[in-house]
Amino acid sequence: MISLFSAEGLAGLLFLGFIGLTLAGAIIATSACSLIRSVAGLALCFLGVAGLYYYLNSPFVALMQILIYVGAVCVTIIFAVMLAESSELKRVTRRNVLVGPLAFLASGLLVWGLVGLAWKTQWHPAIFYVDNWGTVENLGQSLLTIYSMSFELISVVLLVAVVGSLVLARQGRDK
Amino acid sequence: MHVDPEILRLVAFLVGVIAFAALNAAYLVWLERKEAAHIQRRIGPKEVGPFGLLQPLVDGIKLMTKQLIVPAGVDPVLFKIAPILVMVPAIMSFVAIPFSDTLVARNLDLGLLVIFAFASVNVLGLLLGAWGSRNKYAVISAARVVSQNVAYEIPMLVTVVTLVMISGTMNLSEIVGLQMGGFWHWNILNLAASPLMPVAFLIFFVCMLAETNRAPFDMAEAESELVAGAFTEYSGMGFGVFFMGEYANIVIGASVATILFLGGWDCPFGLFPGVHWFLIKMYFLIFTVIWIRWTFPRTTFYGLLNLSWKILIPISFVNLILTSAMLKVF
Repeated sequence: MISLFSAEGLAGLLFLGFIGLTLAGAIIATSACSLIRSVAGLALCFLGVAGLYYYLNSPFVALMQILIYVGAVCVTIIFAVMLAESSELKRVTRRNVLVGPLAFLASGLLVWGLVGLAWKTQWHPAIFYVDNWGTVENLGQSLLTIYSMSFELISVVLLVAVVGSLVLARQGRDK
Repeated sequence: MHVDPEILRLVAFLVGVIAFAALNAAYLVWLERKEAAHIQRRIGPKEVGPFGLLQPLVDGIKLMTKQLIVPAGVDPVLFKIAPILVMVPAIMSFVAIPFSDTLVARNLDLGLLVIFAFASVNVLGLLLGAWGSRNKYAVISAARVVSQNVAYEIPMLVTVVTLVMISGTMNLSEIVGLQMGGFWHWNILNLAASPLMPVAFLIFFVCMLAETNRAPFDMAEAESELVAGAFTEYSGMGFGVFFMGEYANIVIGASVATILFLGGWDCPFGLFPGVHWFLIKMYFLIFTVIWIRWTFPRTTFYGLLNLSWKILIPISFVNLILTSAMLKVF
């Protein structure tokens, strides 16, 4: 039995806290009545995920998660909502009766796939990995060697997004 | 009951960091009022205690005894969370700041990134508070905050990337360690790495002013146009916490500028380096921030965005390219 007042005990408690944050954030994000509260829930969820990354021994990814997802993505979403939503509270109305069951089916499939994956993967203890696992140097090297293809593809996607948003903005200006 | 010494260390640093942040926030208000008064040929607070030194405590008591009004139309959850979201990341950033080679709460390898990651949450807090207030001035202020922060985050981060390239590390203690031995070793005068280093410091300082919403870039608060901007609906300590968060962010900005450009705890003449030099440099920068606020009028919003997109960003990119070229050639 590990004491709660030891470093390991507190770390374990914090880990559970991060899992709780992630789940609570996800639930708030999907079930809140106003869009802005959903985004706040999403930010909470991202914070929890950042904590989990930290426990996975990759502090760099954890900090990037906060910097990009909480600091940039959530702020951009809120900004878009502010420009789009009128100031009155709007309740999201369900358009179709099938939406609910279909959503449950889709998420059920996803959960089934993830659980199957987690079950079949051979897990190794953390000691198995080399010391510099998750450091900035290691990340940079693997991004430009093993994962260079995915890296390039992601940058193409971003380029397409930038060009697309420029085209849309341009069209709006002509009207 | 046996308690791990690591836990005691954690608690000690937690208390120390929070006390440092709160005391700084309180006494920077006093400094701001005194400095403003002297710039305007007044005396400033003088009744409470010698030189008005007890004024911040009295202000704090006043704010805490006031009723926390949550207006009828606001989103109560977001309205209450927003001040906390501004204050907590600011306090957490203090954990990574090394005040001297021994005085640091956590010597993190990614210390620089920790500070910028937590600083980026600040905007989210302001935005949620402003939107949750459901007040037209607050919403205008929120729109301004976002465009301003997006615009000034880019040159700031590009300048920081330049410095990380020169230092080859994101550990703040190591960055200071590379600058030890007199003011000619400091990054601001590291002309061998890039002849534009003093300009880079200027860019960083201007971006810091904009990121912390200080005059002449205080478009978010702009009391003559927007009442109090994002804080319009806040009363009592809700407003007080926002205010403290702002000052804590200024302290962090000045500390990071000191660490990155001014050699941290290094003495300019190579004598007795220590925490006192860090504090002298940091408070001098904060003094300058306040000095600028009471000297320059507020810019227009378009002037603010033009300054970033048309001047600061191109220069910071030129500096980045020049530095990488210099690093590879020499």
